[in-house]
Amino acid sequence: MVSMLNRKLLRDLWRIKGQALAIIFVIGAGIALLVMSRGMLISLEETQQAYYDRYRFAEVFAPVKRAPNHLLNDIRTLDGVADINGRINGGGLVDLPNVAAPISARIVSYDPGLSAPINAVHLTEGRMFSPTQDNEVLLNASFAEVHEISPGDKINLTMHGVQHEFTVAGLALSPEFIYALPPGEFVIDAGRYAIFWASNDALEAAFDLEGAFNEVVLTLSRGANENQLIDALDRLLAPYGATGAFARADQISNKYLVEEISQLNTMGYVMTPIFLGVSIFLLNIVITRLVQTEREQIGLLKAFGYSNLQVGLHYLKFAALIAIGGAIVGWAGGLWFGRAMAEIYQDYFHFPFLLFYAEVRLLGVAVVVSVAAASIGAFVAVRQAVKLIPAVAMRPPAPPNYRRGVGRTLEKLMDQPSRMIFRRLAHQPVRAALTVFGIGAAMGLSVMMRFNINATDYMLDVSFNVVDRSDVVVTFVEPLSTKTMFELESLSGVLFAEPYRTTPVMYKNQRIEYLGGISGLPETPVLNRALDDNLQPVAVDGDGIVLSEQLAEILNLSVGDTLSVDVREGRRPQLDIPVTGIVSALIGTPAYMNLDALNGLLNEQNRASGAYLKIDPLQRSAIYDEIKAIPGVAGVNLRNEAYDNFKKMVDEGMGAFRSILTLFSLIIAAGVVYNGARIAFIEREHDLASLRVLGFTKIEAGYVLLGEIGLLTILALPLGALFGFMLWAYLAGALSTDLYQIPTVYKEDGLGYAALIVLFATIISGALVQRDVGKLEMVSALKTRE
Amino acid sequence: MQKSNARKIATGSDEAPLAFRTRGISKVYGEGPAAVHALRGVDLEIPTGELVVLLGPSGSGKSTLLNILGGIDQATSGSAYFQDKELTAMNERALTRYRRNHVGFVFQFYNLMPSLTARENVDLVSEIARDPMPSMEALEMVGLGERATHFPSELSGGEQQRVAIARAIAKRPTVLFCDEPTGALDSKTGISVLKALQHLNDNLGTTTLIITHAAATAAIADRVIHFADGKIREVVKNETKLSADEIHW
Repeated sequence: MVSMLNRKLLRDLWRIKGQALAIIFVIGAGIALLVMSRGMLISLEETQQAYYDRYRFAEVFAPVKRAPNHLLNDIRTLDGVADINGRINGGGLVDLPNVAAPISARIVSYDPGLSAPINAVHLTEGRMFSPTQDNEVLLNASFAEVHEISPGDKINLTMHGVQHEFTVAGLALSPEFIYALPPGEFVIDAGRYAIFWASNDALEAAFDLEGAFNEVVLTLSRGANENQLIDALDRLLAPYGATGAFARADQISNKYLVEEISQLNTMGYVMTPIFLGVSIFLLNIVITRLVQTEREQIGLLKAFGYSNLQVGLHYLKFAALIAIGGAIVGWAGGLWFGRAMAEIYQDYFHFPFLLFYAEVRLLGVAVVVSVAAASIGAFVAVRQAVKLIPAVAMRPPAPPNYRRGVGRTLEKLMDQPSRMIFRRLAHQPVRAALTVFGIGAAMGLSVMMRFNINATDYMLDVSFNVVDRSDVVVTFVEPLSTKTMFELESLSGVLFAEPYRTTPVMYKNQRIEYLGGISGLPETPVLNRALDDNLQPVAVDGDGIVLSEQLAEILNLSVGDTLSVDVREGRRPQLDIPVTGIVSALIGTPAYMNLDALNGLLNEQNRASGAYLKIDPLQRSAIYDEIKAIPGVAGVNLRNEAYDNFKKMVDEGMGAFRSILTLFSLIIAAGVVYNGARIAFIEREHDLASLRVLGFTKIEAGYVLLGEIGLLTILALPLGALFGFMLWAYLAGALSTDLYQIPTVYKEDGLGYAALIVLFATIISGALVQRDVGKLEMVSALKTRE
Repeated sequence: MQKSNARKIATGSDEAPLAFRTRGISKVYGEGPAAVHALRGVDLEIPTGELVVLLGPSGSGKSTLLNILGGIDQATSGSAYFQDKELTAMNERALTRYRRNHVGFVFQFYNLMPSLTARENVDLVSEIARDPMPSMEALEMVGLGERATHFPSELSGGEQQRVAIARAIAKRPTVLFCDEPTGALDSKTGISVLKALQHLNDNLGTTTLIITHAAATAAIADRVIHFADGKIREVVKNETKLSADEIHW
């Protein structure tokens, strides 16, 4: 049987169901974020780990230009090597009959005969290619899906300028290409990057690597020293055109995945406390109010012989029930959002499987965290309840002792209802401050989300319209003579071709080493430029090098210092280059030099690794066809497609997360304002009824209430803006990596939008309590003592 | 109360003009078997300028009638007129306007705004009234001129009630309704409150209706209406009125 006290508990809860629901949703939002981000984090980490282990994802990668196969025996004996695989890894272009633009491809040799190959593929459809059939390949499943290619279909692939026809034997995924980013891009596009696995024999011929490999991938033995092994590999492979061995941590797909996981983690631990903090405050005001209204009942219960513990527990249970409700709503919401997120993730991260998995343990954590938050919120109020002496409790509380609020001069300007508003706020400054704080927190979240959107737009705009203004970027297999520019420019429809050179290097400054590439730009670049903080082009002239801020920071260098560079191609010179400038860069960690100066240092005059093209959009198709026919073209990036893709990722991927957070900030704002308004209404029900009796209209009486809510909201706006700035500054820093810098751009529309969200929540809450004012029972309110 | 001076009269009178007139006013709370009949067809006429005391046990319907005449409650059936305006036909908005322009209320629990001083509580009403008297004048009329800047928490019960009276009269109301104005006060303080009400009735000619449990109060009235079971049991007109100073309970 339900005890009377518990029955009272349930009825009390039912009585304030609106407020309880608002708190449940605020707690729920916090818990949902926790469940979603933690669950997603664990799901991604565990899936990644299982995938890497089961498919033996390599731990070190060492690309070379060409090394004889017998060298593999020497590598195998290096300290720390568990297993190795020498392979051919080359670029190419896919020509699909219904796609005009050339599509970049990566072709990797694969030995189907091995029982446990490194970087094993996961077949999703069809069969493994036959080792004896040189014209069979595996194709990555995500690309095949976009272009509706099935096993058995034929596909044309150009490698080293020669077109080959292959039959797709099967579709596959690989731990190496979970995030399959085409070279030179920073957003994936499943339909614009094909990955093939083919037999070694087929690729030896195509890439002119008979008896040789151009990449070795390794797994490490237990306790191996990764850095030492990388150094040893670099030394061993240097004569073979090694560009620098790197660990799994620097492998691009892995790097993006790890980055994503860490971002989820950051979001989780920044956001959840905000929601729980607001919940603590809300529970505190609601239960404090409950205890105040139930003074006499508390006195009565204690007079009947209920112990302090029983009375205290009664109110704690009240908080706990709300908290458990919040935990359950949050858990369910977190699962739902998490599953939706997992689906979005699978469009970008290609796993054989990705199940959103939130451990039941997390439900326990959710309950504990929310009940703890609720108990903290309820603690002071419950202590008040327990401390009441029965006889005192049963007497009505002394009338509140008001004082003048905001100074006589200001008060003189006000009518009486306005004075009532100000004096009440001055009477309970802590509560008013906390309400302002709560609304501010909600607005801060909104502001942060808007700044995030502004920053992404800015990034998009700067990257695609200011830094790189080209339409097409062509990459060559090897640096070619700049004469090729004339060839490219002579294509009909190409308006302008700008050469660039990228040279793989190891940057060194004392003990700091960093693998990267120097970009050689023409004297006065037009299409791709180095820009300063004000987005003004920086001259890249003379023999110096201009570093991006991030790179300068990593290397601990400033203008005037000298940078040591080990070039990892051609003659592999070691150079000392003066740092002549620092520029801002949003994507990657670039370093720029004058093209001629770079070529001069490399002793390779007039060479380019590719070109930026400005084209006549009307002749796009014809240009694509012509580019496909040029031998030596390794890849082609289409800027407009990259732009669309980035936009799509922002709108769908991050967009989903932003929508969720925007919804949550609305929930917080509404939760705080509605609860504040309801409590103000209950506390002033008597006063409001009196005003109505005195002849005040519903609107005039409502003003006393809504004016207070409005005033607190207005006070919260600047605070919310400040919170937003701080949150965003922190988050942009926390989310920036050497892959990309999140710019801390602040746009007024972000503030305006967030303010609108808060005002919307205020208006809704205000309308709800104004409705209560309209329904005020004047007669009964006047019969009871306040 | 001096019974000998009392004359039993029928509803209706030869005094004119009338402040209130009701015909068959009924009020039912709830429905079906749970229905409570608070008023069962009340016919009444109250001349302008009189001080009327409503007497009767709890639940006899006096507060319900006061609330209907004061425009804060609706009758279930019947009609009530204030002067020549039918209160029972007014909508919410018109009733608010009626309370605002004509009615002063004084309640058992004062219903002052705790965040406003005595004078500000009076101003609260003056600010929305058409022709208010200066708030200090109203406070002085109830003998509280010197306590004008005090907050309700700094005033005694009797003082708070007198502030409530000052607030009610500041708008120069046509009618003043007092529901148990002395109910929460001791006898001495209660008498000072009644004195204030009587003084206002004498000097401003405000029609005043007072509900009370203290039967002695009836002696200060022009007319005493006795309620029982939702009906008027009798209406007694006092030939001679006592001053509030002369009564006690």
